[in-house]
Amino acid sequence: MINFFNFFKDRLSEIALLTLEHIELTAMAVGLAIIIGVPLGILLTRYKKLSAMVLGIASIIQTIPSLALLGFMVPLFGIGTKPAIVALFLYALLPIVRNTFTGVEGVEPTLIEAGIGMGMTNFQLLYMVELPLALPVIMAGIRTSTVINVGITTLCALIGAGGLGQLIFRGISMVNANMILAGAVPAALLALFLDFLLGQMEKLLSQKN
Amino acid sequence: MIEFINVSKIYPDGHQAVKDISFTVKEGEIFVLIGPSGCGKTTTLKIINRLIEPTSGRILIQEMDINNYNPIVLRRNIGYVIQEIGLFPHLTVGENIGLVPHLKKWTKTDKKKRISDLLKMIGLEPDIFINKYPMQLSGGQKQRIGVARALAADPQIVLMDEPFGALDPITKEQLQDEFLKLQRKLQKTVVFVTHDIMEAIKLGDRLAIMRNGTTVQIDSPVNIINNSADDFVRRFLGEHRFQTDGNTIRMEKTITK
Repeated sequence: MINFFNFFKDRLSEIALLTLEHIELTAMAVGLAIIIGVPLGILLTRYKKLSAMVLGIASIIQTIPSLALLGFMVPLFGIGTKPAIVALFLYALLPIVRNTFTGVEGVEPTLIEAGIGMGMTNFQLLYMVELPLALPVIMAGIRTSTVINVGITTLCALIGAGGLGQLIFRGISMVNANMILAGAVPAALLALFLDFLLGQMEKLLSQKN
Repeated sequence: MIEFINVSKIYPDGHQAVKDISFTVKEGEIFVLIGPSGCGKTTTLKIINRLIEPTSGRILIQEMDINNYNPIVLRRNIGYVIQEIGLFPHLTVGENIGLVPHLKKWTKTDKKKRISDLLKMIGLEPDIFINKYPMQLSGGQKQRIGVARALAADPQIVLMDEPFGALDPITKEQLQDEFLKLQRKLQKTVVFVTHDIMEAIKLGDRLAIMRNGTTVQIDSPVNIINNSADDFVRRFLGEHRFQTDGNTIRMEKTITK
């Protein structure tokens, strides 16, 4: 135990850097998934025939084992951050698209009708009624995506993207338990912390409704 | 003011909700559409603000076909109170009431003054209620705000779809009285949907009794009671015994249950 703390202290700057890298990768991928996924989810509520197909494709991607998906990225994008972000983005997409779709679909029809009946345009209806009311559900999707991504980001070290996984894999190959823990503990704490933080935001948003 | 000319509505599944109805709603009157559920009264109401497009026939508002109005503009100029109130849960009382003025791009000061005037008019202290959320209100308060919201941009026409349906009998009666008092002052043209004959007779200047998508009888409450068009109307009035005395109606509830 004391050994671990000493190791941790000695490598603090490296661990901090890798944690930052880890957060960066996750944030980029989730951010991209929000920018693409939320409008896509909204679009599917307007063209419901497409929804089964798009959500189907997204869940197929979700089903591919993460290591395999990362493997597919290497011939396409080489190694480094780029293939990692693409793979993470694909993983983050489904929960966000699906939750946006169900969230907007779940807005009470009487409220939609009230909005239309009062003379809202389609766009006003979307940003004044549908999106605010769907926000807690969309937030839940973002939370799921983030937590999944923090986990998969640890694997991204295998294709040279950095992050806390680097310490874990290096530790495994060197049979160094302290090094493994130096990567595993911050990664676990990061996932728990983000889950808590986004969970609180979600709660705050749904209270208003 | 509002004129229906041979209006029908057939849904894609073949169900004919409204069958060739014609009537005229006069300026400043409360016109009640009443009938059992599924008789087409709500469909008829929603045709007026173009939430539902009729299959055939014409509807005129101030002698102009409603198809000549931009639907968005038309709706902003018609007050609408819906079943189950339909207040937006994520907006405050003030924001709910000020919604149509907001859509019509009123200035902030105009909006604020209007909201506060309306809250006073419905007997709710503006300072206390303006920043509350709908879930913090009682059923009666919500319904009052629903009415205030419909009146916010001072529309000439107000559509009301069973606005008092979900209230307990005492609150309901209270709100009906308030509404009548308000109407005497404001003189709006009101189209009011209900399935409650007591409410129809109490509020309506004229009633259109509907069955299976057609109007069975359109007349003042007194005339409908004294000269019921057919057995259906008599049966519809039936649960209650009404007595007319000149222009006033007295009612005795028969206890048959």
